[in-house]
Amino acid sequence: MIGFATRRLLQAMIVMLVVALLAFTMFRFVGDPVNQMVGVETSIEEREALRERLGLNDPISIQFFRFVTKAAQFDFGTSYQFRQPVSDLFAKRIPATLELSFASAMFALVVGIPMGIYAGLNRESAVSKMFLSVSLIGISLPTFFIGILLIFLFSVTLQWLPSFGRGETVAIGSWWTTGFLTVSGLKALILPSITLGLYQMTLIMRLIRAEMLEVIRTDYIKFAKARGLPDRLVNFRHALKNTLVPVITITGLQLGAIIAFATITETVFQWPGMGLMFLQAVQNVDIPIMSAYLLLTAFLFVAINFIVDILYFFIDPRLRVGRP
Amino acid sequence: MSDVTNTSEAPKSRWAKIVDSDLFHSFLRSKVTVVAACGTTILFLLAFLAPWISPHDPFDLASLSIMDARVPPVWMEFSDPRFILGTDDQGRDLLSGIFYGMRISLIVGFCSVFSAAILGISLGLVAGYMGGRIDAIIMRIADVQLTFPAILIALLIDGIAAGIFGNIDREVFAFYILIVALTLSFWVQYARTVRGSTMVEKNKEYVQAARVIGLPSIVIMARHILPNVMGPVLVIATINLALAIVTEATLSFLGVGMPPTQPSLGTLIAVGNDFLYSGEWWIAIFPGLALALLVLNVNLLGDWLRDALNPKLR
Amino acid sequence: MSVLDIKDLKVEFPSRKSVFVAVDDVTLSVDAGKILGVVGESGAGKSTVGNAVIGLLQEPGHIAGGEIYLHGERIDQLPYNQMRKLRGRKIGMIFQDPLTSLDPLQTVGSQLVETIRTHMPFSAKQAEARAIELIDAVGIPDPAERIKQYPHQFSGGMRQRVVIALALCAEPELVIADEPTTALDVSIQAQILELMKKLCEERNVAMLVITHDMGVIADITDHVAVMYQGELVEYGETTQVLGAPSHPYTQSLISAVPRPDIKVERFPVVNYIEKAGTPQKQIDISTHWLGKSRDYEKVDGPLVQIKDLDMRFETRGSIFPSQRKYFKAVKSVSFDIFEGETFGVVGESGSGKSTVARVITGLYHPSGGSIMFGKTELTSLKNRKDVLAMRRQMQMIFQDPYSSLNARMRVRDIIAEPIKFHKLASSNSEVRQIVDDLLDHVGLGVAAGQKFPHEFSGGQRQRISIARALATRPRFLICDEPTSALDVSIQAQILNLLKDLQEELGLTMLFISHDLAVIRQMCNRIGVMRNGELCEVSDCDALFEAPKHPYTRELLDLMPSMELLSRANLQTT
Repeated sequence: MIGFATRRLLQAMIVMLVVALLAFTMFRFVGDPVNQMVGVETSIEEREALRERLGLNDPISIQFFRFVTKAAQFDFGTSYQFRQPVSDLFAKRIPATLELSFASAMFALVVGIPMGIYAGLNRESAVSKMFLSVSLIGISLPTFFIGILLIFLFSVTLQWLPSFGRGETVAIGSWWTTGFLTVSGLKALILPSITLGLYQMTLIMRLIRAEMLEVIRTDYIKFAKARGLPDRLVNFRHALKNTLVPVITITGLQLGAIIAFATITETVFQWPGMGLMFLQAVQNVDIPIMSAYLLLTAFLFVAINFIVDILYFFIDPRLRVGRP
Repeated sequence: MSDVTNTSEAPKSRWAKIVDSDLFHSFLRSKVTVVAACGTTILFLLAFLAPWISPHDPFDLASLSIMDARVPPVWMEFSDPRFILGTDDQGRDLLSGIFYGMRISLIVGFCSVFSAAILGISLGLVAGYMGGRIDAIIMRIADVQLTFPAILIALLIDGIAAGIFGNIDREVFAFYILIVALTLSFWVQYARTVRGSTMVEKNKEYVQAARVIGLPSIVIMARHILPNVMGPVLVIATINLALAIVTEATLSFLGVGMPPTQPSLGTLIAVGNDFLYSGEWWIAIFPGLALALLVLNVNLLGDWLRDALNPKLR
Repeated sequence: MSVLDIKDLKVEFPSRKSVFVAVDDVTLSVDAGKILGVVGESGAGKSTVGNAVIGLLQEPGHIAGGEIYLHGERIDQLPYNQMRKLRGRKIGMIFQDPLTSLDPLQTVGSQLVETIRTHMPFSAKQAEARAIELIDAVGIPDPAERIKQYPHQFSGGMRQRVVIALALCAEPELVIADEPTTALDVSIQAQILELMKKLCEERNVAMLVITHDMGVIADITDHVAVMYQGELVEYGETTQVLGAPSHPYTQSLISAVPRPDIKVERFPVVNYIEKAGTPQKQIDISTHWLGKSRDYEKVDGPLVQIKDLDMRFETRGSIFPSQRKYFKAVKSVSFDIFEGETFGVVGESGSGKSTVARVITGLYHPSGGSIMFGKTELTSLKNRKDVLAMRRQMQMIFQDPYSSLNARMRVRDIIAEPIKFHKLASSNSEVRQIVDDLLDHVGLGVAAGQKFPHEFSGGQRQRISIARALATRPRFLICDEPTSALDVSIQAQILNLLKDLQEELGLTMLFISHDLAVIRQMCNRIGVMRNGELCEVSDCDALFEAPKHPYTRELLDLMPSMELLSRANLQTT
C-alpha cells in the first residue's frame, strides 16, 4: 500500500512539475513582465533595476526554481490588471467556484449513477431508451446554451430564480463565504449547478450503462447466473462492483473537468468565481492570473486522480494482494 | 459445411455489397439514425451553400439598415416578411446569419478534427508499435494534457497567442488559433485509442508474419496496422466533430473565438445573449437551436456508428 | 428413470437472412452416476444443447421444439424464476475458461458462501464450513486459508477446481461441463478429469460433458453422443461408438484423430466436412518456380545449430539495474536441426517452446547464446541486407488462423507481399502467376486470390498462411502450433499438406506443438521442453517407446488413452 501510494505520489509530482514548467514558460516568455508592470514613461535604467530586482536576469533554472518555491507557498506574483497579489484575488473567489462545483458534482453523481445502472440493467426498456435520448440531447447542447435557455425560461419568463450572482452569502471564518446557508444563496445556486452538472451527469450515466453492458457479457456473470444466484446478487454484488473500476476513473476526470467548465457557467451567470476571473485574465493577457489558474486546476485534477488511484486499491484485490 | 465457396458466382458489385452488409442493415433498422443522417446532410448542404441560398448577404454592409435592427420573427407582431427569423442588433437577417455561421462552425470543426486525427493517429501508432521510451514520453505528454479539459487548453492557447501577437491581429489569426487550440485539445483521444489498438494488433500473428517476411516498421505500421485500427478512429472523429463544433461555439461565446466580423454560431449567440433580458430572445435562441440541431444530428450518427462497429454489442 | 431426458430438442437462432437451426431433433438421456459425452467439431451445436438444458441460451436463440425433463419433470417451459431456482440447486454448470469464470473482486469463499446460502437454509457459519468442505473435496490443500483468497491467487488448474466446487455447492443432480479441460495443460487436464469422474461416482451425479476432444471422451465417459451440424449422428456406449463406429462421419472423425501409439504415413482424407482440396499437379522441383534460384549455400552438418540460447523478459522495469526483475523464458537451450528433417519441440504452456521459435526467426532478440544458420551466426548480423537474406530463407506458420492474416488485404496481396518485397519476380504479371500457382498448390484454387480472409474457414486460412510462407522460397519452415486451433478433421488435412510440401520441396521444419500425438505423426526427432529448459532430445520412436527423462515419461502417462478408438482406415508405418 505504501509503496503503491508513494509511486503514485511521485508520478503526480512529476505531472505537477511539468505543469509548473508550462506555467513558468508562459509567465516568463509570453510578453515581457517588466513592460506589463511599469508605465510608458519609465526610463530604461528604472526598467533594468526592476528587472534585476525581480531576478529576471538570473539563469533560467534558478528562476524556475524560485517560481516553484514561491508557487508552493501560494505566491503567484501580482496581477497586471488589478495590481494586487494573485493569491489574494483567488482566495476571495475560490469559495464561490468550489461551492458551485460541489453542488454540480453532487447533482451529476446522484442523478447520473442510478440512471446509468437502470439503463444498463434494462437495456431494452422504454425508460432506458428515453434516458438515452435525453442524455444525447444533454451532450449535444453546449453548456452555455443550456444556461441561456434556463435563464430565459426560469428567470426572464417565469421569474422564479435569479439569473446572476450568488445571492446573499454568509462568512465562515476569515476567508470562506458560503451561499449554502441562505435562501437566496441556495436559489441562486440551482440554475448554475444544473447547467454545469448536466453534461457530466449524462456522461456518467452513459458510461455506467456501457460498462454494465460489457460486464454483463463476461463469463463470471454467466457463471453466476448458471449457479442460480438471484438477480439482485448478480447485478449488484458482481456486475456493479466490476464496473466501478473504469467508472471511477472517468468520474474522477469529469469531476476535475467541472472546475474547468465552471469558467463557462460562471460567465453565463456572472458567478463571482475564479473561472470568471480567469476568463477576464485571458481577454486582458493577465499572465500571472492565467498561470496561477493553470497550476490550481492542475493541482485539483492531480489530487482527484490520486484519490481515485487510492480508491482502486481498495476495490481491486488484484492490486492489493499479490500472487502466492 | 461445404466450404469451397461457390466460385462460379459472379463477384458482387461494391454497391451491392454495401447494401447487403450488416452495417447498412443496422442503419436502416434504426429509424432515428436515418433521420439523423438526413438531418446532417441537409444542415451540411445549407451551411456550404450559404452564399447561394441565403436570402440576404449579412456581410454586405451597404444593404444593412439600422431601421431593420431587432425585428422579431415573422409570426410575431411588428415583424417584417423579408426576415423570416427576424434580425439582430445591426439589422442583419438572422436566417442568413445562421447559414453563414454554421458554415464557419463546420469549417472550423472539420479542419480541427482532421488535423487532430492526423497528429493523434501518427503519435498513437508510433507509441503503440515502438513501445519503450518513445511510448513513455508520448503517453506522459498525453497524461499531462488530459489534466486539462479541452476548453481550458483552448482558452490558454488563445491567451498565449494574444500575448505573443497582441490583440490587434486577432481578426486575421482567430481562425488558425482556433484550429491549433482545438487540435492540441483533441489529439490525445486519438493517440490513446490508436495506441491501445496498435498494442493489441502488434501482437497479432499477421503483424508477426510481416516481421518474419522482413518488412520495415514503417511499412508494417502504415500498411498492416493502420487499416486495422481505423474503426474506432472513425467513431471518435464523428463524435469529435460534434465536440469541436461545441467547443468552438463556446470559445466564440466567451469572446475568444471567431470575431464578430466572421461570426460563427457561437459568436451569434454571444451577441444575442445581451438582448435576452430585454425581450429580444430570438437573436440568441435561434442560432442556439441551429447549433443544438447540428450537434445532435452528428452525435446521433456517432452514437450509432459506435454501437454498430462494436462487435461485442452485436 | 434417468436424471436428464432430452426429447427431439430443436434450437433455432433467427438472423436477418434466415433461421439457423443449431440443434435439430436431438434425443439424449443421462443416468445418475454416469457421464455422457457430447462430441463434435465446431458448429456441431454441442454447447447449445448444454445451454438449452440450463436455460441460458444466448439471444436470439430459443427452443423451437422438443422437451427437456429433469427427473421426469419438464423444465424447458418453466418461468424464469423457477428455472433460476433449478440452476445451481439441481443443475450445476462448469465453464471452459477458469481464468474468466470467477468474479475477480470477490474472494473464493464469498462466492461459495453466497451460492450455498442462495440454495440452502444455512447460516453464514454453516455455509462457510460447507465451503471449506467443498474446497477440500475438490483437492485444494489448506482449504480454510484458501477460501479467504481471491481468484487471481490461484493457478489455472486450481481455479477450475474452484469452479467445480461452485457447481457442486448445492448437491445438484446434474452437472453440465462445457469443454471443462480445453483451456488447461495436459497434466492438469488429467487431474481435473480424474476429479470429475471421482466426484460423479461418489456423489451419484449425472454428468453431461461437452467436448471436441476424443481423448476426453475415451477417458471418462460411459456413453457418447456424436453431433454433426446440429444433428445427432451416433449415440451409444462409448466403447461401442469409438471402437466400431457405424456412421460414416464418426468413422472419418475417429480416423482423423492423431494417436500417440501409432504413426501413420498420411491421414485418411476426410471429405465429410470440408473438401480437402488437393493440388492439381505434383511439383517438379527442378523446373518449378519454388525450386528456382535456390542459391543457398550447401551445409555440412546441421542446418540450424542452437547453442546455449537464453531469453529473458523484463517483468519489472526500473532505472536501477539491480531493481529490475526478469522472467527467464528460455534457459540455455541447445539443439541441432539437420537439412530435410522435421524437428519437433513439445511442451506445456509456459515451457518456452514458442519463444524459441520466435527467437530463431528474429522476432525476439536473444539475451544470450548463439544461433547458426548454415554458416551464418544470426545473432550478430548487423547489415540489413544480410538480415533480409536470412529472413527470406526461413518462414513461419502461426497458430491462430483468424489473426495471422491481415483482414483488410486481399488474399492475393497477402501472398504477393513477400515476393514483391524480396524482389523475387521481375514483373507484376510474374508475381501474379506465382501467386496463382501457390494458391493452386495449397489446394485453394486460383479464384481464392481476389477474396478477403474472412470469406474462408479456419483450415482454408491456414492454407493461405502456408502459401504466404512458401512465397519467399524458404528452405527452413517453422510451424508454431499450426493446427491447434483447428478441428481434428481439418487438422488432418493441414498435416497432410505440410507432409507433402516437405517431401516435394525438401524443406527443413521446426514443428512446435503441445500435442504429443501430433508431434509423433510429424517429426523425425523431438525435443521436450519444460519451464524454459530442454529436458531431452530423442528420435521420435525412441521417445515414445523408451522415454529417458522423468518429465517425458510423466507427459506420456498423462495422455488420454486412445486405445479404444477404432483403427480402421489407418495405414501405419
